[in-house]
Amino acid sequence: MKGKMKILAGTETLQTDPNFSAEVREKSGQPIELCYQCQKCATGCPVSHHMDYHPNQILRMISFGLKDRVLTSSAIWLCSACETCGVRCPNGIRISEVMDALRVMATENNLSRAKHTESFHRIFLQEVRARGRVHEATLMAKYKLKSGQLFTDLDLGLQMFKKGKLPLIPRGIKNKKEVRDIFTRSEISREGGK
Amino acid sequence: MKLSYYPGCSLESTAKEYDLSSRSVCAALDLELLELEDWSCCGSTSAHNLNHALASALPARNIALAQKNGVDVTVPCAACFARLRKADYVMRNDEAARKEIEETVGFKYQDNIKIMSLVEAVVGKIGLQAIASKVVKPLEGLKVVCYYGCLMVRPPEVQGFDRVENPTMLDDLTETLGAQALKWSYKTECCGASLSLTNTNVVEEIVSRIINAAREAGAEAIVTSCPMCQSNLEMRQEKGENQMPCFYFTELMGLALGLDEAKGWFRKHLVDPGRVVNL
Repeated sequence: MKGKMKILAGTETLQTDPNFSAEVREKSGQPIELCYQCQKCATGCPVSHHMDYHPNQILRMISFGLKDRVLTSSAIWLCSACETCGVRCPNGIRISEVMDALRVMATENNLSRAKHTESFHRIFLQEVRARGRVHEATLMAKYKLKSGQLFTDLDLGLQMFKKGKLPLIPRGIKNKKEVRDIFTRSEISREGGK
Repeated sequence: MKLSYYPGCSLESTAKEYDLSSRSVCAALDLELLELEDWSCCGSTSAHNLNHALASALPARNIALAQKNGVDVTVPCAACFARLRKADYVMRNDEAARKEIEETVGFKYQDNIKIMSLVEAVVGKIGLQAIASKVVKPLEGLKVVCYYGCLMVRPPEVQGFDRVENPTMLDDLTETLGAQALKWSYKTECCGASLSLTNTNVVEEIVSRIINAAREAGAEAIVTSCPMCQSNLEMRQEKGENQMPCFYFTELMGLALGLDEAKGWFRKHLVDPGRVVNL
Protein backbone atom coordinates (compact mmCIF):
# COMPACT_ATOMS: atom_id res chain seq x y z
CA MET A 1 0.00 0.00 0.00
CA LYS A 2 1.19 3.48 -0.86
CA GLY A 3 3.15 5.24 1.87
CA LYS A 4 3.62 2.15 4.02
CA MET A 5 6.90 1.87 5.81
CA LYS A 6 8.61 -0.96 7.61
CA ILE A 7 10.60 -0.60 10.80
CA LEU A 8 12.99 -3.10 12.28
CA ALA A 9 12.44 -3.98 15.92
CA GLY A 10 15.04 -6.47 17.11
CA THR A 11 14.65 -9.39 14.75
CA GLU A 12 11.07 -8.47 13.81
CA THR A 13 9.93 -6.37 10.90
CA LEU A 14 6.87 -4.29 11.75
CA GLN A 15 4.39 -2.87 9.27
CA THR A 16 3.65 0.78 9.82
CA ASP A 17 0.86 3.01 8.59
CA PRO A 18 2.03 6.63 8.29
CA ASN A 19 -1.55 7.93 8.42
CA PHE A 20 -2.41 6.21 11.67
CA SER A 21 -1.09 8.82 14.08
CA ALA A 22 -2.88 11.66 12.26
CA GLU A 23 -6.08 9.62 12.25
CA VAL A 24 -5.94 8.98 16.01
CA ARG A 25 -5.07 12.59 16.62
CA GLU A 26 -8.07 13.74 14.63
CA LYS A 27 -10.52 11.28 16.14
CA SER A 28 -9.40 11.81 19.74
CA GLY A 29 -8.61 15.53 19.49
CA GLN A 30 -5.49 14.87 21.56
CA PRO A 31 -1.92 16.12 20.92
CA ILE A 32 -0.31 12.68 20.98
CA GLU A 33 2.97 13.96 19.53
CA LEU A 34 3.62 15.97 22.71
CA CYS A 35 4.24 12.81 24.75
CA TYR A 36 7.85 12.71 26.00
CA GLN A 37 7.55 9.36 27.73
CA CYS A 38 7.63 10.50 31.38
CA GLN A 39 5.45 7.45 32.16
CA LYS A 40 3.31 9.22 34.73
CA CYS A 41 0.28 7.71 32.96
CA ALA A 42 1.57 4.15 33.37
CA THR A 43 2.55 4.77 36.99
CA GLY A 44 -0.87 5.98 38.07
CA CYS A 45 -2.86 3.50 35.96
CA PRO A 46 -4.66 0.95 38.17
CA VAL A 47 -4.53 -1.76 35.50
CA SER A 48 -1.29 -1.11 33.58
CA HIS A 49 0.38 -4.24 34.97
CA HIS A 50 -2.33 -6.33 33.31
CA MET A 51 -1.89 -4.64 29.93
CA ASP A 52 0.27 -5.97 27.11
CA TYR A 53 1.47 -2.38 26.51
CA HIS A 54 1.48 0.44 29.06
CA PRO A 55 -0.37 3.66 28.14
CA ASN A 56 2.88 5.51 27.33
CA GLN A 57 3.90 2.63 25.04
CA ILE A 58 0.55 2.84 23.27
CA LEU A 59 1.16 6.55 22.66
CA ARG A 60 4.63 5.88 21.26
CA MET A 61 3.35 3.07 19.06
CA ILE A 62 0.70 5.42 17.66
CA SER A 63 3.46 7.89 16.74
CA PHE A 64 5.36 5.07 15.02
CA GLY A 65 2.23 4.20 13.03
CA LEU A 66 1.96 0.65 14.40
CA LYS A 67 -1.75 0.48 13.65
CA ASP A 68 -2.35 -3.28 13.80
CA ARG A 69 -0.34 -3.75 16.95
CA VAL A 70 -2.18 -0.95 18.76
CA LEU A 71 -5.66 -1.92 17.60
CA THR A 72 -5.18 -5.59 18.48
CA SER A 73 -3.73 -4.83 21.93
CA SER A 74 -5.43 -5.88 25.15
CA ALA A 75 -4.46 -2.55 26.71
CA ILE A 76 -7.13 -0.53 24.93
CA TRP A 77 -9.87 -2.76 26.35
CA LEU A 78 -8.44 -3.00 29.87
CA CYS A 79 -8.50 0.78 30.19
CA SER A 80 -11.50 1.56 32.37
CA ALA A 81 -11.49 5.23 31.32
CA CYS A 82 -10.79 6.33 34.90
CA GLU A 83 -8.80 9.28 33.50
CA THR A 84 -6.11 9.21 36.23
CA CYS A 85 -3.50 9.29 33.45
CA GLY A 86 -5.02 12.23 31.62
CA VAL A 87 -5.31 14.37 34.75
CA ARG A 88 -1.63 13.78 35.56
CA CYS A 89 -0.21 14.12 32.04
CA PRO A 90 2.20 17.12 32.01
CA ASN A 91 1.41 17.65 28.32
CA GLY A 92 -2.34 17.68 28.69
CA ILE A 93 -2.98 14.52 26.67
CA ARG A 94 -6.35 13.12 27.75
CA ILE A 95 -5.41 9.48 27.26
CA SER A 96 -8.89 8.07 27.85
CA GLU A 97 -10.06 10.08 24.82
CA VAL A 98 -7.27 8.40 22.86
CA MET A 99 -8.36 4.99 24.17
CA ASP A 100 -11.98 5.71 23.20
CA ALA A 101 -10.89 6.55 19.65
CA LEU A 102 -8.74 3.40 19.48
CA ARG A 103 -11.59 1.16 20.68
CA VAL A 104 -13.94 2.60 18.07
CA MET A 105 -11.27 2.12 15.35
CA ALA A 106 -10.54 -1.43 16.52
CA THR A 107 -14.19 -2.47 16.25
CA GLU A 108 -14.72 -0.66 12.95
CA ASN A 109 -11.67 -2.43 11.47
CA ASN A 110 -12.70 -5.73 13.07
CA LEU A 111 -9.35 -5.92 14.84
CA SER A 112 -10.52 -6.09 18.46
CA ARG A 113 -9.17 -9.12 20.29
CA ALA A 114 -11.26 -8.48 23.41
CA LYS A 115 -14.34 -10.21 22.04
CA HIS A 116 -16.02 -10.63 25.43
CA THR A 117 -15.64 -6.98 26.38
CA GLU A 118 -16.80 -5.86 22.97
CA SER A 119 -19.82 -8.15 23.12
CA PHE A 120 -20.70 -6.83 26.60
CA HIS A 121 -20.84 -3.29 25.25
CA ARG A 122 -22.85 -4.39 22.20
CA ILE A 123 -25.41 -6.20 24.36
CA PHE A 124 -25.62 -3.13 26.62
CA LEU A 125 -26.42 -0.87 23.66
CA GLN A 126 -28.89 -3.37 22.17
CA GLU A 127 -30.75 -3.24 25.48
CA VAL A 128 -30.87 0.55 25.42
CA ARG A 129 -32.02 0.52 21.81
CA ALA A 130 -34.80 -1.95 22.54
CA ARG A 131 -36.21 -0.42 25.73
CA GLY A 132 -34.62 2.98 26.23
CA ARG A 133 -33.12 1.79 29.50
CA VAL A 134 -30.86 -1.01 30.67
CA HIS A 135 -32.45 -3.82 32.62
CA GLU A 136 -29.46 -5.10 34.59
CA ALA A 137 -30.72 -8.67 35.11
CA THR A 138 -31.28 -9.12 31.37
CA LEU A 139 -27.92 -7.50 30.56
CA MET A 140 -26.04 -9.82 32.92
CA ALA A 141 -27.88 -12.95 31.75
CA LYS A 142 -27.37 -12.15 28.06
CA TYR A 143 -23.68 -11.41 28.58
CA LYS A 144 -23.13 -14.59 30.58
CA LEU A 145 -24.85 -16.64 27.87
CA LYS A 146 -22.92 -14.99 25.06
CA SER A 147 -19.54 -15.33 26.77
CA GLY A 148 -20.20 -18.91 27.86
CA GLN A 149 -19.64 -18.06 31.53
CA LEU A 150 -23.12 -18.97 32.60
CA PHE A 151 -22.17 -20.30 36.01
CA THR A 152 -19.73 -17.67 37.22
CA ASP A 153 -21.31 -15.23 39.69
CA LEU A 154 -24.45 -17.37 39.89
CA ASP A 155 -24.35 -17.18 43.71
CA LEU A 156 -24.02 -13.39 43.57
CA GLY A 157 -26.90 -13.10 41.13
CA LEU A 158 -29.09 -15.22 43.36
CA GLN A 159 -28.15 -13.19 46.43
CA MET A 160 -28.98 -9.95 44.61
CA PHE A 161 -32.27 -11.37 43.41
CA LYS A 162 -33.23 -12.36 46.97
CA LYS A 163 -32.43 -8.85 48.15
CA GLY A 164 -34.72 -7.34 45.53
CA LYS A 165 -31.83 -5.86 43.54
CA LEU A 166 -32.62 -7.69 40.30
CA PRO A 167 -36.27 -7.16 39.41
CA LEU A 168 -37.16 -9.71 36.74
CA ILE A 169 -39.58 -7.75 34.58
CA PRO A 170 -37.87 -5.18 32.35
CA ARG A 171 -39.52 -1.77 32.27
CA GLY A 172 -39.17 0.19 29.07
CA ILE A 173 -39.70 3.90 28.56
CA LYS A 174 -42.83 5.26 26.87
CA ASN A 175 -41.13 6.99 23.99
CA LYS A 176 -38.98 4.12 22.71
CA LYS A 177 -39.13 5.41 19.17
CA GLU A 178 -37.31 8.58 20.15
CA VAL A 179 -34.37 6.54 21.47
CA ARG A 180 -34.40 4.22 18.46
CA ASP A 181 -34.25 7.26 16.17
CA ILE A 182 -31.25 8.56 18.11
CA PHE A 183 -29.52 5.24 17.48
CA THR A 184 -30.33 5.30 13.77
CA ARG A 185 -29.15 8.87 13.34
CA SER A 186 -25.98 8.26 15.41
CA GLU A 187 -25.05 5.35 13.20
CA ILE A 188 -25.54 7.50 10.11
CA SER A 189 -23.40 10.30 11.53
CA ARG A 190 -20.69 7.80 12.38
CA GLU A 191 -20.70 6.47 8.83
CA GLY A 192 -20.45 10.02 7.58
CA GLY A 193 -17.53 10.72 9.88
CA LYS A 194 -15.46 7.85 8.53
CA MET B 1 -36.36 24.09 46.77
CA LYS B 2 -36.80 21.99 43.62
CA LEU B 3 -34.36 20.03 41.48
CA SER B 4 -34.90 17.71 38.54
CA TYR B 5 -33.88 14.14 39.35
CA TYR B 6 -32.23 11.71 36.93
CA PRO B 7 -31.89 8.34 38.71
CA GLY B 8 -30.39 6.21 35.91
CA CYS B 9 -30.75 2.48 35.27
CA SER B 10 -28.64 1.16 38.18
CA LEU B 11 -30.85 2.95 40.69
CA GLU B 12 -33.80 0.88 39.45
CA SER B 13 -31.94 -2.34 40.18
CA THR B 14 -28.54 -3.07 41.77
CA ALA B 15 -28.43 0.34 43.46
CA LYS B 16 -32.08 0.41 44.56
CA GLU B 17 -31.08 1.44 48.10
CA TYR B 18 -29.30 4.50 46.69
CA ASP B 19 -32.52 5.60 44.97
CA LEU B 20 -34.69 4.95 48.05
CA SER B 21 -32.29 6.71 50.43
CA SER B 22 -31.77 9.67 48.08
CA ARG B 23 -35.50 10.28 47.79
CA SER B 24 -36.12 9.92 51.54
CA VAL B 25 -33.22 12.12 52.59
CA CYS B 26 -34.07 14.90 50.13
CA ALA B 27 -37.71 14.82 51.26
CA ALA B 28 -36.61 15.09 54.89
CA LEU B 29 -34.47 18.11 54.01
CA ASP B 30 -37.25 19.82 51.99
CA LEU B 31 -35.45 19.37 48.70
CA GLU B 32 -38.14 18.42 46.20
CA LEU B 33 -36.98 16.01 43.48
CA LEU B 34 -38.84 16.09 40.17
CA GLU B 35 -38.01 12.85 38.36
CA LEU B 36 -37.41 13.53 34.66
CA GLU B 37 -40.45 12.32 32.76
CA ASP B 38 -39.61 9.25 30.64
CA TRP B 39 -35.83 9.55 31.10
CA SER B 40 -33.62 7.15 29.15
CA CYS B 41 -30.22 5.48 29.65
CA CYS B 42 -27.12 7.72 29.50
CA GLY B 43 -25.22 5.15 27.41
CA SER B 44 -22.61 4.76 30.15
CA THR B 45 -19.26 3.16 29.24
CA SER B 46 -20.63 1.13 26.35
CA ALA B 47 -21.65 4.09 24.19
CA HIS B 48 -18.34 5.92 24.47
CA ASN B 49 -16.46 2.69 23.80
CA LEU B 50 -18.29 1.92 20.57
CA ASN B 51 -19.89 5.03 19.09
CA HIS B 52 -18.94 8.64 19.81
CA ALA B 53 -22.09 10.18 18.36
CA LEU B 54 -24.24 8.00 20.60
CA ALA B 55 -22.08 8.78 23.64
CA SER B 56 -23.21 12.43 23.46
CA ALA B 57 -26.68 11.93 22.01
CA LEU B 58 -28.01 9.52 24.66
CA PRO B 59 -27.25 11.83 27.62
CA ALA B 60 -28.34 14.85 25.56
CA ARG B 61 -31.89 13.46 25.32
CA ASN B 62 -32.05 13.68 29.11
CA ILE B 63 -30.55 17.15 29.14
CA ALA B 64 -33.37 18.11 26.75
CA LEU B 65 -35.91 16.76 29.27
CA ALA B 66 -34.24 18.68 32.09
CA GLN B 67 -34.31 21.87 30.02
CA LYS B 68 -38.08 21.53 29.76
CA ASN B 69 -38.35 21.32 33.56
CA GLY B 70 -36.32 24.52 33.73
CA VAL B 71 -34.60 23.72 37.04
CA ASP B 72 -31.11 22.32 37.68
CA VAL B 73 -30.84 18.55 37.52
CA THR B 74 -29.20 16.34 40.13
CA VAL B 75 -27.73 12.94 39.27
CA PRO B 76 -26.92 10.51 42.10
CA CYS B 77 -25.09 7.93 39.92
CA ALA B 78 -21.50 9.01 39.28
CA ALA B 79 -21.41 7.29 35.89
CA CYS B 80 -24.59 8.97 34.63
CA PHE B 81 -23.37 12.25 36.11
CA ALA B 82 -20.12 11.95 34.15
CA ARG B 83 -21.90 11.24 30.86
CA LEU B 84 -24.41 14.07 31.25
CA ARG B 85 -21.67 16.52 32.22
CA LYS B 86 -19.54 15.45 29.27
CA ALA B 87 -22.36 15.91 26.75
CA ASP B 88 -23.17 19.29 28.31
CA TYR B 89 -19.49 20.30 28.17
CA VAL B 90 -19.23 19.33 24.50
CA MET B 91 -22.40 21.23 23.58
CA ARG B 92 -21.22 24.30 25.47
CA ASN B 93 -17.71 24.38 23.98
CA ASP B 94 -17.91 22.89 20.49
CA GLU B 95 -20.43 24.50 18.16
CA ALA B 96 -20.09 21.97 15.33
CA ALA B 97 -20.55 19.06 17.74
CA ARG B 98 -23.50 20.81 19.38
CA LYS B 99 -25.29 21.19 16.05
CA GLU B 100 -24.73 17.53 15.27
CA ILE B 101 -26.06 16.44 18.67
CA GLU B 102 -29.07 18.76 18.35
CA GLU B 103 -29.91 17.21 15.00
CA THR B 104 -29.49 13.66 16.27
CA VAL B 105 -31.66 14.24 19.33
CA GLY B 106 -34.08 16.74 17.83
CA PHE B 107 -33.82 19.57 20.34
CA LYS B 108 -32.22 22.98 20.83
CA TYR B 109 -29.54 23.31 23.51
CA GLN B 110 -30.31 26.31 25.71
CA ASP B 111 -27.58 26.19 28.35
CA ASN B 112 -30.18 27.10 30.99
CA ILE B 113 -29.66 24.37 33.58
CA LYS B 114 -26.78 23.01 35.64
CA ILE B 115 -26.05 19.32 36.07
CA MET B 116 -24.87 18.48 39.56
CA SER B 117 -24.03 15.34 41.46
CA LEU B 118 -26.28 14.58 44.42
CA VAL B 119 -23.37 15.25 46.82
CA GLU B 120 -23.03 18.77 45.43
CA ALA B 121 -26.78 19.29 45.50
CA VAL B 122 -27.05 18.25 49.14
CA VAL B 123 -23.97 20.16 50.31
CA GLY B 124 -24.44 23.17 48.03
CA LYS B 125 -28.20 23.66 47.97
CA ILE B 126 -29.07 22.55 51.51
CA GLY B 127 -25.80 23.29 53.24
CA LEU B 128 -23.87 21.53 56.01
CA GLN B 129 -25.25 23.78 58.76
CA ALA B 130 -28.85 23.05 57.83
CA ILE B 131 -28.08 19.34 57.69
CA ALA B 132 -26.32 19.46 61.08
CA SER B 133 -29.39 21.08 62.62
CA LYS B 134 -31.51 18.10 61.53
CA VAL B 135 -29.18 15.38 62.83
CA VAL B 136 -30.99 13.54 65.63
CA LYS B 137 -28.83 10.41 65.85
CA PRO B 138 -25.21 11.48 65.34
CA LEU B 139 -23.05 8.64 64.03
CA GLU B 140 -20.65 8.91 66.96
CA GLY B 141 -17.76 6.48 66.98
CA LEU B 142 -18.23 5.41 63.36
CA LYS B 143 -14.89 5.46 61.54
CA VAL B 144 -15.10 5.65 57.76
CA VAL B 145 -13.08 6.53 54.70
CA CYS B 146 -14.76 8.45 51.85
CA TYR B 147 -14.34 6.98 48.42
CA TYR B 148 -15.08 9.36 45.53
CA GLY B 149 -13.94 7.12 42.68
CA CYS B 150 -13.17 8.44 39.20
CA LEU B 151 -16.27 9.62 37.49
CA MET B 152 -17.38 12.35 39.86
CA VAL B 153 -14.01 14.12 39.85
CA ARG B 154 -12.30 13.44 36.51
CA PRO B 155 -11.65 15.15 34.20
CA PRO B 156 -11.85 18.30 36.35
CA GLU B 157 -12.59 20.73 33.50
CA VAL B 158 -15.72 18.72 32.72
CA GLN B 159 -16.92 17.62 36.16
CA GLY B 160 -16.05 20.81 38.02
CA PHE B 161 -16.28 18.93 41.30
CA ASP B 162 -14.08 19.81 44.28
CA ARG B 163 -10.30 19.14 44.20
CA VAL B 164 -9.27 16.48 41.74
CA GLU B 165 -6.61 14.57 43.74
CA ASN B 166 -7.92 15.21 47.23
CA PRO B 167 -11.63 16.05 47.27
CA THR B 168 -13.16 16.70 50.69
CA MET B 169 -16.88 17.30 50.10
CA LEU B 170 -17.99 13.82 51.18
CA ASP B 171 -15.59 13.93 54.15
CA ASP B 172 -17.11 17.21 55.35
CA LEU B 173 -20.62 15.84 54.95
CA THR B 174 -19.81 12.61 56.78
CA GLU B 175 -18.28 14.54 59.67
CA THR B 176 -21.38 16.73 59.83
CA LEU B 177 -23.33 13.53 60.51
CA GLY B 178 -21.09 12.82 63.51
CA ALA B 179 -18.89 10.12 61.99
CA GLN B 180 -15.13 10.33 61.73
CA ALA B 181 -13.80 10.61 58.16
CA LEU B 182 -10.25 9.27 58.18
CA LYS B 183 -7.42 10.36 55.90
CA TRP B 184 -6.33 7.91 53.21
CA SER B 185 -4.80 8.03 49.78
CA TYR B 186 -7.29 5.96 47.77
CA LYS B 187 -10.10 8.55 47.59
CA THR B 188 -10.10 8.80 43.81
CA GLU B 189 -8.67 5.41 42.87
CA CYS B 190 -10.60 3.50 40.18
CA CYS B 191 -12.67 0.45 41.29
CA GLY B 192 -12.34 -1.25 37.88
CA ALA B 193 -15.89 -0.32 36.85
CA SER B 194 -17.42 -2.51 34.14
CA LEU B 195 -14.32 -4.74 34.03
CA SER B 196 -16.08 -6.41 36.96
CA LEU B 197 -18.02 -8.60 34.52
CA THR B 198 -15.49 -8.97 31.72
CA ASN B 199 -12.19 -9.16 33.68
CA THR B 200 -13.28 -10.18 37.17
CA ASN B 201 -9.78 -11.09 38.40
CA VAL B 202 -8.50 -7.58 37.62
CA VAL B 203 -11.31 -6.00 39.64
CA GLU B 204 -10.82 -8.40 42.55
CA GLU B 205 -7.21 -7.30 42.77
CA ILE B 206 -8.07 -3.57 42.60
CA VAL B 207 -10.83 -3.94 45.19
CA SER B 208 -8.59 -5.84 47.54
CA ARG B 209 -6.02 -3.00 47.33
CA ILE B 210 -8.71 -0.44 48.17
CA ILE B 211 -10.18 -2.45 51.06
CA ASN B 212 -6.70 -3.05 52.52
CA ALA B 213 -5.93 0.67 52.34
CA ALA B 214 -9.22 1.42 54.12
CA ARG B 215 -8.35 -1.09 56.86
CA GLU B 216 -4.86 0.34 57.27
CA ALA B 217 -6.40 3.80 57.72
CA GLY B 218 -8.46 2.31 60.57
CA ALA B 219 -11.86 2.43 58.86
CA GLU B 220 -14.82 0.16 59.63
CA ALA B 221 -16.70 1.12 56.49
CA ILE B 222 -16.40 2.94 53.19
CA VAL B 223 -18.68 5.78 52.08
CA THR B 224 -19.34 6.36 48.40
CA SER B 225 -21.68 8.05 45.94
CA CYS B 226 -21.20 5.72 42.97
CA PRO B 227 -23.31 2.58 42.29
CA MET B 228 -20.47 0.96 40.33
CA CYS B 229 -17.98 1.53 43.16
CA GLN B 230 -20.43 0.38 45.81
CA SER B 231 -21.33 -2.87 44.08
CA ASN B 232 -17.74 -3.66 43.07
CA LEU B 233 -16.45 -3.02 46.58
CA GLU B 234 -19.07 -5.23 48.24
CA MET B 235 -19.29 -7.88 45.50
CA ARG B 236 -15.62 -8.32 44.62
CA GLN B 237 -13.94 -8.17 48.04
CA GLU B 238 -12.62 -11.33 49.63
CA LYS B 239 -15.29 -13.48 51.24
CA GLY B 240 -15.14 -14.16 54.97
CA GLU B 241 -16.13 -12.94 58.42
CA ASN B 242 -14.27 -9.70 58.18
CA GLN B 243 -15.92 -8.07 55.17
CA MET B 244 -16.14 -4.29 55.04
CA PRO B 245 -19.51 -2.68 54.23
CA CYS B 246 -19.74 0.15 51.73
CA PHE B 247 -22.46 2.77 52.25
CA TYR B 248 -24.05 5.30 49.96
CA PHE B 249 -23.62 8.68 51.67
CA THR B 250 -27.39 9.10 51.57
CA GLU B 251 -27.84 5.96 53.69
CA LEU B 252 -25.67 7.42 56.45
CA MET B 253 -27.60 10.69 56.17
CA GLY B 254 -30.84 8.77 56.62
CA LEU B 255 -29.48 7.07 59.73
CA ALA B 256 -28.28 10.35 61.26
CA LEU B 257 -31.56 12.09 60.42
CA GLY B 258 -33.36 9.25 62.22
CA LEU B 259 -35.43 8.12 59.22
CA ASP B 260 -37.37 4.92 60.02
CA GLU B 261 -37.18 3.53 56.50
CA ALA B 262 -33.36 3.26 56.69
CA LYS B 263 -33.52 -0.36 57.90
CA GLY B 264 -34.97 -1.47 54.58
CA TRP B 265 -32.08 0.04 52.63
CA PHE B 266 -29.42 -1.80 54.62
CA ARG B 267 -31.10 -5.16 54.05
CA LYS B 268 -30.23 -4.80 50.37
CA HIS B 269 -26.48 -4.81 51.02
CA LEU B 270 -24.36 -7.81 50.06
CA VAL B 271 -22.12 -7.13 53.08
CA ASP B 272 -24.11 -6.92 56.31
CA PRO B 273 -23.64 -3.40 57.73
CA GLY B 274 -25.18 -4.39 61.09
CA ARG B 275 -21.73 -4.92 62.55
CA VAL B 276 -20.74 -1.26 62.24
CA VAL B 277 -23.99 0.71 62.55
CA ASN B 278 -26.92 0.43 64.95
CA LEU B 279 -30.05 -0.11 62.94
